[in-house]
Amino acid sequence: MSDRILAVEGVSKRFGGLQAVRDASLTVEAGRITAVIGPNGAGKTTLFALISGFQTPTGGRILYRGTDVTGMPAHRLARRGMARTFQIVQPFAGLTVLENIAVGAHLHIAGRAAALAAASRVAELVGLDHILQQSAATLTVAGRKRLELARALATSPKLLLLDEVLAGLNPSEIRDMVPIIRAIRERGVTIMMIEHVMQAVMSLAEHIYVLAEGHVIAQGRPAEVVADPRVIEAYLGPGAAARLAGGAHGR
Amino acid sequence: MNLRAFLPIVAVVAALACIPLVIDSNVVLNFLVTALLLTLAGQGWNVLGGYGGQYSFGHAAFFGTGAYATAILQMRYGLNAWAAFAAGIAAGAGVGAAIGALTFRSGLRGSYFALVTLAFAEVLRIIASVAPVTGAGVGILIKLDVGARALQFSSRAAFYWLILALVAIALVVTRLVEQSRFGAWLVAVRENEDAARALGVDATRVKLGAITISAAMAAAAGCFYAQYFLFVDAPIAYGPWISVEALLAPIIGGVGTVFGPLLGALLIKTLGEAAKLVTGDAPGLDLVVYGIVLIVVIAFAPRGVAGVVARCHARLLPPRKASAGVNAA
Amino acid sequence: MHLSILLPAVVNGVLTGALYALIALGLTLVYGVLHIINFAHGTLLTAALFAAFFMQKSLGVDPYLAVFVLTPAFFTFGYGLQRFVIGPASHGNDGNILLVTLGLAVIIENALLFAFRGDTRTIDVAYGFAVIPVAGMFLSVPRLVGFAGAVVVALLLWLLLTLTDTGKAIRAVAREKLGAQLCGVDVPHIYAVTFGLGTACVAIAACLLIPTYYVNPGVGNAFVLIAFTTVVLGGMGSVPGAVLGGLFVGVVESLCGLYLGESLGQIGIFLMFILVLLFRPSGLLGERA
Repeated sequence: MSDRILAVEGVSKRFGGLQAVRDASLTVEAGRITAVIGPNGAGKTTLFALISGFQTPTGGRILYRGTDVTGMPAHRLARRGMARTFQIVQPFAGLTVLENIAVGAHLHIAGRAAALAAASRVAELVGLDHILQQSAATLTVAGRKRLELARALATSPKLLLLDEVLAGLNPSEIRDMVPIIRAIRERGVTIMMIEHVMQAVMSLAEHIYVLAEGHVIAQGRPAEVVADPRVIEAYLGPGAAARLAGGAHGR
Repeated sequence: MNLRAFLPIVAVVAALACIPLVIDSNVVLNFLVTALLLTLAGQGWNVLGGYGGQYSFGHAAFFGTGAYATAILQMRYGLNAWAAFAAGIAAGAGVGAAIGALTFRSGLRGSYFALVTLAFAEVLRIIASVAPVTGAGVGILIKLDVGARALQFSSRAAFYWLILALVAIALVVTRLVEQSRFGAWLVAVRENEDAARALGVDATRVKLGAITISAAMAAAAGCFYAQYFLFVDAPIAYGPWISVEALLAPIIGGVGTVFGPLLGALLIKTLGEAAKLVTGDAPGLDLVVYGIVLIVVIAFAPRGVAGVVARCHARLLPPRKASAGVNAA
Repeated sequence: MHLSILLPAVVNGVLTGALYALIALGLTLVYGVLHIINFAHGTLLTAALFAAFFMQKSLGVDPYLAVFVLTPAFFTFGYGLQRFVIGPASHGNDGNILLVTLGLAVIIENALLFAFRGDTRTIDVAYGFAVIPVAGMFLSVPRLVGFAGAVVVALLLWLLLTLTDTGKAIRAVAREKLGAQLCGVDVPHIYAVTFGLGTACVAIAACLLIPTYYVNPGVGNAFVLIAFTTVVLGGMGSVPGAVLGGLFVGVVESLCGLYLGESLGQIGIFLMFILVLLFRPSGLLGERA
């Protein structure tokens, strides 16, 4: 039996009158790339916020590496090896690229020089080593996304949550990022990603969960999930699956 | 630890220490003493506000606690002056930790934090103006007892070197913070608290550490004030004047830099003296000038004098190529 | 405590509270629209009190008449401050706005100190000490007028915000600045108008206060924290909240003064302020901080 690094059991989150996440359950196997997809407003980022300790679930529980971490604050989860990136990038604007990454490195490294050295190595992995002294505020969108990734990576995580790390990138930038993500997995980091860019999801993910209206409506290998009529209807509306099937056979 | 980073501090302190050896004027020394006093309080504010990004509008709470503690422990409990001084710093730091624990745990940030610190300082001022232990409306006079044992010196130069020593310690502490993991975390919290938390930074603990250090420095300034002027009352200890000046110095000199408060304090005090020369001793004018300077600095040079210097520096030097190696902070 | 002592304390608290509400209205309006905490609010009140004082002392104009001159004057002053000083100086940065309003507070208070010294002054008007008997209590006439004035202004403000185009623009900018801009609303102008309204509220409050209150450069400090407490209690940005908050604070202050004496009475307010900030910063009726 593979090692389950994350188990989300029946988790719900309510904001006043809005049920953002409704009884969502999923598991992530260690060493795999798992993707979470779904139409806008499905609750994917809320789910990430619940898992990573930025929000507390109103129901259900979350098990990380066998321990119940429901409601544990973000910084403690980070110390246990869970790192995340943000959908809307959050650079430390007043610091340089190197200093940004060093903050992540400092999680396990106390000395300044050692942390900067480790940050430098992470920057190389992610392709930022030529702009280490540049101010984070002056980076392009692609640069900022890489910085987000580098910072999280510098904390030596075991589980990396990527929230739409490819959003806002043009096709060639996406082509450059995919191997970086794969290389991270090769180093033993388990990755869970929310993504809309289907080409990347199809080529990276080994297992996909589909979230719609706060609930998991389908899961499985990529090929199975995209053919699932429930998934098609979640994106294209009711009756779409049947219409598509009818259209494919010609009229 | 990059020892080279401490050289500028050594140089500046050494240069300042030589001044009483060449200048004999009590007026100048007094001016410098008050400027260094402000530097110390401002350095405290700078740790929390400049590096930590938490703007306090009530640093009087720490300054006044140090001042009163020193005075009360000596006058009412007969404690030795040096011990009272140390106790005053500890008391101020304690108040800082208490306020920090209450406010940061509640997640107060930005304007709300500024407001709450203002409120705390005001509460303390009101209590001090009526409580018997602080002398109520009359205040506390420290008995004149010239001699090193009582921490009162006959020569102004001795006081000058004392405050300079305290400022030197504050500068070193600031540099140490800058170079440490704690400092990296503090700055990260300032820039983006949520992102910092996602990277494992315990933001509440870091801010708590910052406010404690900040309060200790401000309290030290208060203790020195008490020993130098020998009189403390509620408006002096907890009045808005010190809260405003303690934030003005670093902002004008350069927030988030080691020497910002020193530069700013010298500038502010010089401006204050200049204003008095022009219009005599009328109260209030110096603060009007400070307010105008504050707005002008925010409008045109938000990073203060240090920022202007850095920009000129950058323009004069050729651009450095980015290197993949290790760089000092 | 006997009802005959308690009831007047409560009623007086309500009368004072209405004026606190009026002062707080200006503050909450500015916060709700510009999302800034105006640290200069208290000193603007001091300036208005001085203005009302001198209109009576030097020009012999009764405060209840001066209000019609001072209100537009202070509206213009506030408009100018926001349009030409605060807005441009802060470059839209929140931390800077805080500091700029603080700077203004320092300038205004100390300019008044420099110009007029620290002496406390009061005016003498014929009705200054007039009382009328109401339900067995003797209520001060100027304070009743103050209460009535505050209610009228609150109503006028409400009408302005709901019925006029400018009022709608203000509410639009408060809700969604970018959207309002896209609809053609001149945001810097609306910001300045709002700030002007806030300052005008303070000018009216000053004219209503001056018959029974004193004036010195430090008086604004006394009011600024009360105003903040009121606003935070009622909810930042909530107009009804400011009204209820003001009445509540007035009553609390009056009762604290009764039980603890004059100087400690103020502590009750500040402690309440700190408690609200720590445990429920959104206040009773306000938006989430």
